[in-house]
Amino acid sequence: MQTYDLEADGLRGLNATLQDQSKETNQTSWQVVNPKGSHAIAVGLDAPIEVTVKGSTGYYCAGMNQQATVRVEGSVGPGVAENMMSGQVIVDGDASQYAGATGHGGLLVIKGNASSRCGISMKGIDIVVHGNIGHMSAFMAQAGNLVVCGDAGDALGDSLYEARLFVRGSVKSLGADCIEKEMRPEHLEILKDLLDRAGSDAKPEEFKRYGSARQLYNFDVDNSAAY
Amino acid sequence: MCGIVGLFLKDQSLSPKLGEMLTDMLITMTDRGPDSAGIAIYGDPSQGTTKITVQSANPEQDFASLADELGQRLNTSVTQTINDTHAVLDIPGDQFEAARAALAEIRPTVRIMSRGESLEIYKEVGLPKDVAARFNLSGMTGTHGIGHTRMATESAVTTMGAHPFNTGDDQCLVHNGSLSNHNSLRRKLRREGVHIQTENDTEVGAAYLTWKMMNGASLGEALESSLEDLDGFFTFVVGTKDGFGVVRDPIACKPAVMAETDQYVAFGSEYRALVNLPGIEDARVWEPEPATVYFWSHTDSPNKKAA
Repeated sequence: MQTYDLEADGLRGLNATLQDQSKETNQTSWQVVNPKGSHAIAVGLDAPIEVTVKGSTGYYCAGMNQQATVRVEGSVGPGVAENMMSGQVIVDGDASQYAGATGHGGLLVIKGNASSRCGISMKGIDIVVHGNIGHMSAFMAQAGNLVVCGDAGDALGDSLYEARLFVRGSVKSLGADCIEKEMRPEHLEILKDLLDRAGSDAKPEEFKRYGSARQLYNFDVDNSAAY
Repeated sequence: MCGIVGLFLKDQSLSPKLGEMLTDMLITMTDRGPDSAGIAIYGDPSQGTTKITVQSANPEQDFASLADELGQRLNTSVTQTINDTHAVLDIPGDQFEAARAALAEIRPTVRIMSRGESLEIYKEVGLPKDVAARFNLSGMTGTHGIGHTRMATESAVTTMGAHPFNTGDDQCLVHNGSLSNHNSLRRKLRREGVHIQTENDTEVGAAYLTWKMMNGASLGEALESSLEDLDGFFTFVVGTKDGFGVVRDPIACKPAVMAETDQYVAFGSEYRALVNLPGIEDARVWEPEPATVYFWSHTDSPNKKAA
């Protein structure tokens, strides 16, 4: 286990050190102490290493992650795991706005609540939130799965493309072109796998599935008066 | 972008350290707002008098014998305490309007920062650490306080454009965001007789709340109606004589984090601002919900009507 003191040794040194780890590194386990809400902790990693952040972070923690597993033993500020490509990011506390935004792959797990715009423009990432999510979540989401064990706020899935949204609790309102859809066996299977990997004991059968009505894909001339 | 910090003490044994804690929080928010900084501090209430905090670009000249001259004009005794470019004038409680009129004549270049029984506002252009040092903010004491670091978007970088803004007795407001209907609202409020000094959008927000309360709304109701009447982005933190409130617009893209312990309620634009507070490890930390009014008070409820 390598320990890095962020307060003593600085952010640039941390990210340079973590980014320098190759696929064959022997230093596979890191912990970051004294994060104190700093921004951009453990960003741009591209090696199968495990990084544990001992406390809460600020903006953009674990952004652009590939391969690495980043765990935050605290809460995270806006934009956690933004544009993640692969790997895992696990947040023990809450996440602020736009968690997992534009993510292409990998798994983001939030043990607490996520606030507004969770999974905005997600492009293949899987996100599992154990608690609730805020308004405008999965706005313009294109691919991937968003699983919410609690409730969802206003305008869920507004202008959605093809991502799957699974919500166990209530949905305050659905956004434009987002509808409830039939839960088929293949969806229950996807959901079970995600819940298992995210350490949730929620039952897949308790969830509802939401997705795109696909009415915004093409311009409808009958709507021209609205523009 | 701007930075906001706020601290409302439940445990008054922390009062001697209020300025020190707020200053640390304020300086942490420098990279959210490096062009100006300000602080509103609620200290011991004066006994039946009103404190007017004034500012001058030429304090040596303007503050010399200011209390005496103002006292002569008001036919009463006025005391003053000078702190760098600011001075606090103590006048009889019912004489604020007369004092404002007299100041405009005898010291036209002196600007009024705040008035109230316990509120003092100190703000200047410059890095937060420099602003804090020139006023010795870390030595200030009180029951609650609000600080702001500014990165200007809607009006010029001047002392008068810095936050907090005060538009009514012991009321203050700081803002992160930008209001888009401030020009029309300013015209309307001026017609209604509300005194607005600058072209700044935030002052209009503050004046709007003052106007609502002048017309019988409680602070809680005024904040609720701001969600309808103000267009734009805002996270507001407001102070009253014995209270402290927070509201965010429904889109809520301007960040906000709160922490509460048995000793205090704290606000920060980012968690970074809160990390050195006592007991923060075990505090309840949360993000305030959009379009939701939060309020804490030593004595009042937010729904109490203005007297």
